Amino acid sequence: MNIVVCVKYVPDAQAERTFDSSDNTTDRANVDGLLSELDEYAVEEALKIVEAGEGEVTVLTVGPASAADAIKKSLQMGAHRGVHVDDDAIHGSDAIATSLVLAEAIKKIGAETPVDLVMTGMASTDGAMGVVPTMLAERLGLPAVTLASELEVDGGSATIRRDGDTSTQSITATLPALVSVTDQINEPRYPSFKGIMAAKKKPVEHWSLADLGVDASQVGLDAAWTRVEAFTARPPRSQGEIVNDEGDGGQKLAAFLGEHKFV
Amino acid sequence: MAEVLVLVDHVEGKVRKTTAELLTIARRLGEPSAVFVGAGFDAAKDSLAKYGAEKIYHVEGDVLDYLVVPQAELLAQLVASTSPAAVLVPSSPEGKEIAARLAVKTESGLITDAVDVQAGEGGGVATTQSVFAGGYTVSATVTKGTPIITVKPNSATPEEVSGAAVDEVVDFTVSDNAKGAKIASSKPKEVSGRPELSEAAIVVSGGRGTAGDFSKVEEFADSLGAAVGASRAAVDAGWYPHASQVGQTGKQVSPQLYVACGISGAIQHRAGMQTSKTIIAVNKDNEAPIFELVDFGVVGDLFAVLPQATEAINAAKG
Ligand SMILES: Cc1cc2nc3c(=O)[nH]c(=O)nc-3n(C[C@H](O)[C@H](O)[C@H](O)COP(=O)(O)OP(=O)(O)OC[C@H]3O[C@@H](n4cnc5c(N)ncnc54)[C@H](O)[C@@H]3O)c2cc1C
Ligand SMILES: Nc1ncnc2c1ncn2[C@@H]1O[C@H](COP(=O)(O)O)[C@@H](O)[C@H]1O
Repeated sequence: MNIVVCVKYVPDAQAERTFDSSDNTTDRANVDGLLSELDEYAVEEALKIVEAGEGEVTVLTVGPASAADAIKKSLQMGAHRGVHVDDDAIHGSDAIATSLVLAEAIKKIGAETPVDLVMTGMASTDGAMGVVPTMLAERLGLPAVTLASELEVDGGSATIRRDGDTSTQSITATLPALVSVTDQINEPRYPSFKGIMAAKKKPVEHWSLADLGVDASQVGLDAAWTRVEAFTARPPRSQGEIVNDEGDGGQKLAAFLGEHKFV
Repeated sequence: MAEVLVLVDHVEGKVRKTTAELLTIARRLGEPSAVFVGAGFDAAKDSLAKYGAEKIYHVEGDVLDYLVVPQAELLAQLVASTSPAAVLVPSSPEGKEIAARLAVKTESGLITDAVDVQAGEGGGVATTQSVFAGGYTVSATVTKGTPIITVKPNSATPEEVSGAAVDEVVDFTVSDNAKGAKIASSKPKEVSGRPELSEAAIVVSGGRGTAGDFSKVEEFADSLGAAVGASRAAVDAGWYPHASQVGQTGKQVSPQLYVACGISGAIQHRAGMQTSKTIIAVNKDNEAPIFELVDFGVVGDLFAVLPQATEAINAAKG
């Protein structure tokens, strides 16, 4: 089983995230970053599949030099090799362009050894659009099973469980396929000391747009099909009234609800 | 006036409130045309007309057996034949996938999770989104192709205005390419009888502080006619279904009132409720971060505070 996991390097959600006011893109330079937590679930699931059988896990990221950290963490967890697509022209790319670059990189990886499974997180923790996986499947012409809270791969198919609003579904796709996973699917491992040491020797390839045959005019801010016109910080919520329950907390709560016409 | 395509969200012909909202928004941009896929068309027709659908494109057959791909193909076909001013899709996981595929297929700009959509000044669309866990508001526009926008629930107040609802059956066949993934089985969930979480005007959520007993949270919610939500800690413990999880990896809700009971207010939880109009918390710990957000807070034990509030509310209602 040859698996490619797409991992994204994102600004830390615990830090103050903001925008770069020169071009209204996410500020990635001044905020500490890390491997998107939600992609750890995809790495973990890929490792489990390969450990139960055979094969290789390749982690793929599209991002600036600092995004190497996302690959490093994945390799420490146990992935076999990394591919880092880094090109100045990519800065400011939207999901459309990102999915194009990822798709071309996966085609290039697949040209060496066919890819059976492409795995992703459910959404990045910064943009949180959750659309790159589907776009990727569309571009690669792969069937997609998304938001898996359970995954079983056998023979020529992948079957997932998906927890929807009105039903729980079992969905099957023929391989090769794309699978996105939720944070319900597993408990990602922490890198072990051995894993950290081993990661240092694992191969990481660096590709530019030219290596992928993608023209610089197809990516980046200027090629984006949407434009952020403005951003404003939401005014901080001013703290309202806090009461200590001295036996009448419930009554006070009901009174507040009455005053504000919720009852 | 150009058409605006609205993908109808329905269960067996019972049209969801979000569709009425989308039809209302569509009228700001052009002439609303509903796109109806699946069973129950006759039941749906009247409610679509009531909210101003001038046309209804409709397809029957096995379209829904194959997840979202056929719906994206259908919309792409309609975009080509009608050159709409925009395509509006509900911001559900399925809706976002349909929109994502449609954007690639039609080479069009995509905006997800809009909380407001207006006609742009120089034409086009002007959207508003809430990003970074509700920390920022972003206005954006589509610069290429047909604007494709997924719209969150509660982004508009549905306005009734009668539309002609001219029925147009679309000639459409699911491509072989779309058949690579299939729903093998589907188990319907129990219905709680409470309002739908993402559409509700009031949401009452319970967290680890409930220690697994949601009864007081539910009784309080019922006194307010509210939907019940849960933190991930409560969901992971198996106390409440995952579909009720509020937060980054659950539902993002934006009700008139959100009440957090026994929830600390982690950033991932905030990401799902921070844009609520009024926020209330009940928590034993006066240093819980949730109190930073509240309009009203009670420092106390939810097992004492909630039943007392429930009783007072039920008494007031008489
Ligand atoms: C990738 C990722 C995604 C996540 N996504 C989500 C998400 O979508 N939604 C989400 O909610 N979380 C999410 N989390 C988890 C989040 O970080 C917190 O762990 C979680 O929200 C904590 O839930 P809690 O507030 O119920 O529990 P706790 O943080 O343990 O808080 C319980 C609170 O209850 C109070 N309490 C205890 N007993 C009582 C009582 N009798 N009466 C009143 N108060 C009481 C305590 O004082 C405490 O403040 C995510 C985490 C990660 C890493
Ligand atoms: N720049 C990127 N590099 C690698 N993977 C990505 C990138 N952007 C998005 N992804 C993948 O797509 C998923 C969803 O991202 P998004 O659509 O941005 O929310 C992530 O969890 C990743 O698996």
